[in-house]
Amino acid sequence: MLSNVVKDKIIAIVTKENYEDSKTERLVYSYDSTPNLQAMPDAVVSPRNTEEISKILKICNEFNVPIVPRGSGTNLCGGTCPVEGGIVLLLKHMYKILEIDEENLTITVQPGVITLDLMKAVEAKGLFYPPDPGSMKISTIAGNISENAGGLRGLKYGVTRDYVIGLEVVLPNGDIIRTGGKLAKDVAGYDLTRLMVGSEGTLGVITEATLKLLPMPETKKTMLALYSDLESAAKTVSKIIANKIIPITLEFLDQPTIKVVEAHAKIGLPTDAKAVLLIEQDGPPEVVERDIEKIIKICKEQNAVSVQVASTEAEAESLRTARRTALSALARLKPTTILEDATVPRSEIARMVNAINDIAKKYKLEICTFGHAGDGNLHPTCPTDARNHEEMERVENAFAEIFDKAIEFGGTITGEHGVGVMKAPYLEWKLGKEGVAAMKAIKQSFDPNNIMNPGKVFAKQTRKRVVITK
Amino acid sequence: MTTVKEQKTIQDQFKARMNEDELLNCMRCGFCLPACPTYIESGFKESHSPRGRIAMMKAVVDGLIEPDEDFERSLDLCLSCRACEAVCPSGVKYGELLEEARDIISQNKKYSLPTRIVRKAVFEGLFPHPNRMKNLTGLIGFYQRSGIQTIARKIGFLGLLPDSLTAMEKVLPKVATLKQLKNRPDYLPAIGEQTKRVAFFSGCLMDSMFLETNDATMKLLQLAGCEIVIPQTQTCCGALHGHYGEKTSSKDLAIRNIKAFEDLNVDFIITNAGGCGAFLVEYGHLFQDDPEWNDRAHAFSNKIQDISEILVAVKFHEKVRLELPFQIITYQDSCHLKNVMKTASAPRTLLKAIKGTEYREMYDADRCCGSAGIYNIIESENSMKMLDYKMVQTKNTQASTVVTANPGCLLQMKLGIEREGLASTMRGIHIVDLLLEAVKN
Ligand SMILES: Cc1cc2nc3c(=O)[nH]c(=O)nc-3n(C[C@H](O)[C@H](O)[C@H](O)COP(=O)(O)OP(=O)(O)OC[C@H]3O[C@@H](n4cnc5c(N)ncnc54)[C@H](O)[C@@H]3O)c2cc1C
Ligand code: SF4
Ligand code: SF4
Repeated sequence: MLSNVVKDKIIAIVTKENYEDSKTERLVYSYDSTPNLQAMPDAVVSPRNTEEISKILKICNEFNVPIVPRGSGTNLCGGTCPVEGGIVLLLKHMYKILEIDEENLTITVQPGVITLDLMKAVEAKGLFYPPDPGSMKISTIAGNISENAGGLRGLKYGVTRDYVIGLEVVLPNGDIIRTGGKLAKDVAGYDLTRLMVGSEGTLGVITEATLKLLPMPETKKTMLALYSDLESAAKTVSKIIANKIIPITLEFLDQPTIKVVEAHAKIGLPTDAKAVLLIEQDGPPEVVERDIEKIIKICKEQNAVSVQVASTEAEAESLRTARRTALSALARLKPTTILEDATVPRSEIARMVNAINDIAKKYKLEICTFGHAGDGNLHPTCPTDARNHEEMERVENAFAEIFDKAIEFGGTITGEHGVGVMKAPYLEWKLGKEGVAAMKAIKQSFDPNNIMNPGKVFAKQTRKRVVITK
Repeated sequence: MTTVKEQKTIQDQFKARMNEDELLNCMRCGFCLPACPTYIESGFKESHSPRGRIAMMKAVVDGLIEPDEDFERSLDLCLSCRACEAVCPSGVKYGELLEEARDIISQNKKYSLPTRIVRKAVFEGLFPHPNRMKNLTGLIGFYQRSGIQTIARKIGFLGLLPDSLTAMEKVLPKVATLKQLKNRPDYLPAIGEQTKRVAFFSGCLMDSMFLETNDATMKLLQLAGCEIVIPQTQTCCGALHGHYGEKTSSKDLAIRNIKAFEDLNVDFIITNAGGCGAFLVEYGHLFQDDPEWNDRAHAFSNKIQDISEILVAVKFHEKVRLELPFQIITYQDSCHLKNVMKTASAPRTLLKAIKGTEYREMYDADRCCGSAGIYNIIESENSMKMLDYKMVQTKNTQASTVVTANPGCLLQMKLGIEREGLASTMRGIHIVDLLLEAVKN
């Protein structure tokens, strides 16, 4: 528990209503979306503005109290789980859209604004904010920035990082800094904006963000292609890109996933198909038309069993259902759903998926793989039961092998879910000792007392193992 | 207050009775948060969100927290609108978890005397007895017709009642006379070519306080070519009991209903109250551990359909000319009708088919209006917050006609209209009443 001194000081800043430390209130901030991980904070504080946050951080820095910034707690890496106790700093009350600048094509928002609300506000003005994480209905923009979230449109439009151009950040010592701004070009000094993106709440608290916007693309077309072998589907992906077409979306489902999706949603997918690709392109009508035609041709050359192109929005929606319902379908199979995040170069997708299927067989598990084929970001997902310790052990070993393979194929341990607690033991394995040391030096200079989200990103010990079982 | 000893028994019961699979099934993705009205109203408190409530239930089972006051308060404030269930990717059966938790608490806790009396009166004395319901209705009717109502209003007698009840009193419908209540039909033939044979679930509240709406429902069914049987041995659906932790009584009522509707040889059992319908479609679940009743309950539940669904299915709106003088119409979803019975497009299809009128969708039409059974009476303050939000959205549509499909929602919307001082320009009406008006026109 926090000392009374700290408690009183913080209450003096945020008032009693915004300070909770009853057991029940602490319990509901002891978890995020990460499976099987839970730790109690000592208190939950809901500030309303940057000044309050600055004061809180000063106190925490002085008294060595860990601070865990929290948006909606939808991250899958344990990022908001207060593993070392301390204060959960809830940013949901700072949810205002401050400005949409149509001349400079930017939007400036507070950290707690919900991603979808931001997108809607922008779209109402004919503008476009491309990053669309699957959790966008509830994730916050600061959560997206801190995890550098990606989405279905990542292939063509990149990830959150590519849109953050300015930030206001409170540093652990309470200093308030501004990085970047509305400028498209800005090379003055180190790029602290980029440094903050993906820093998972370990360097400071984001209190404002300026994001780049694009004009809304004129049209969009959606298609679905089915394959009777995995290699052809994977080849299609590389061929499309080799033909200098970059679709917005190039999503993939493997056979185990197709079976589960069909059983759940009954949308008429052939369960003997080995792979499904969901492809979308946007832009001016002539370009979209031309690209889609070329893509259809490539799909057919690569022996697609069937190619469906939606002619209405309703049809497009039903084609998207195949990919959209993947998680729901899997989540309903067993009580615990472990959704992972391995990324390989696009050219290695078929090898990777085959490897995952072999590993699943070896460990007698059901592992379904779906994800962003266009950028090689796969989500091998295992429905299991956390109470079955023996099975969890197998799941853990299987995922260790999967990540091993990902790295062997030139990939990485996380494409979009972040490091947090879950991948921390792997970091060195991916970056090497020197890489981690460079990152630690940055952390040290920003946060010498290690109060910002301790226990995340950097693990106490390195091991080649996922920490699903504690 | 729940004593430490009570907390201990509640905790043990949680361990023994809560469905652990279902608790674990929640993957804490948070997708339910934006759908939850209490989460939004509370200013984004996780403890007032579905994900938080599930986590707390699990923590009680795991012994991480005691079922303390914070915990109970959080469960009390839940509307059981089930909007969270409709959006959950994992398909977590939140409603079942909540009912079980509330049942455990209510069975193991001594309520204060006044609460006990009210609970007993409502759950045991009133709702299970159609005749008593009728008598109560008769009494309200007498009160309204005798002029006492006018006098009571004038002398401010009602000022003595809690605010919520006072407000409620204003919007109670003009109820039927005892004589009307006693002459209920048990069979009605189809008008025109027969399409279906159906049974009508007349409901306890619907058949006493909203008699006209029930009559309208039957008339529409007849016009739609349905032959109707109305078994006289049917009784209250038991929803209120179920939602407020009186599971045993709700099962007794369910058994009486299952028996009443068995062997009628009908295609469907029709309801016109989303709240009842949703409970009836879940009888199957209510008896999941009861081999004797399980199949019979499922057979019953499988036949339940909302009136609007069957009207659309037999193309009533295409066959019968529906027309009204110009008015803007908007529709407030009944949570249970939408989230549990999954009926959302049929009512809209029907309303849009009324010629001469304009249908305008209100923003967040499927957000709970705050009525939620007797929530508006026992959690009046919160309920009124929800209602205020709802009225803002309603006013934005500029509608003069607000349509609902459940008696609780209807009363609540009428209350909203009254509170906003809009009674002269806006009315609340049950969908079947409006449809019948459109037929006659
Ligand atoms: C079903 C599901 C689908 C998902 N789909 C995707 C997807 O498609 N793509 C993807 O990339 N991710 C996805 N995610 C992961 C997750 O939703 C994202 O990481 C999201 O960006 C987290 O947002 P949040 O508001 O919930 O942040 P939180 O989970 O609350 O926080 C995430 C991290 O950010 C830090 N943080 C939060 N606010 C601040 C702040 N103001 N200042 C500093 N640090 C802060 C936290 O400390 C934490 O480390 C998914 C998750 C789920 C459950
Ligand atoms: S949407 Fe479902 S799985 Fe997700 S947190 Fe809510 S109840 Fe749990
Ligand atoms: S039932 Fe309604 S009020 Fe209760 S948790 Fe679910 S969405 Fe919220």
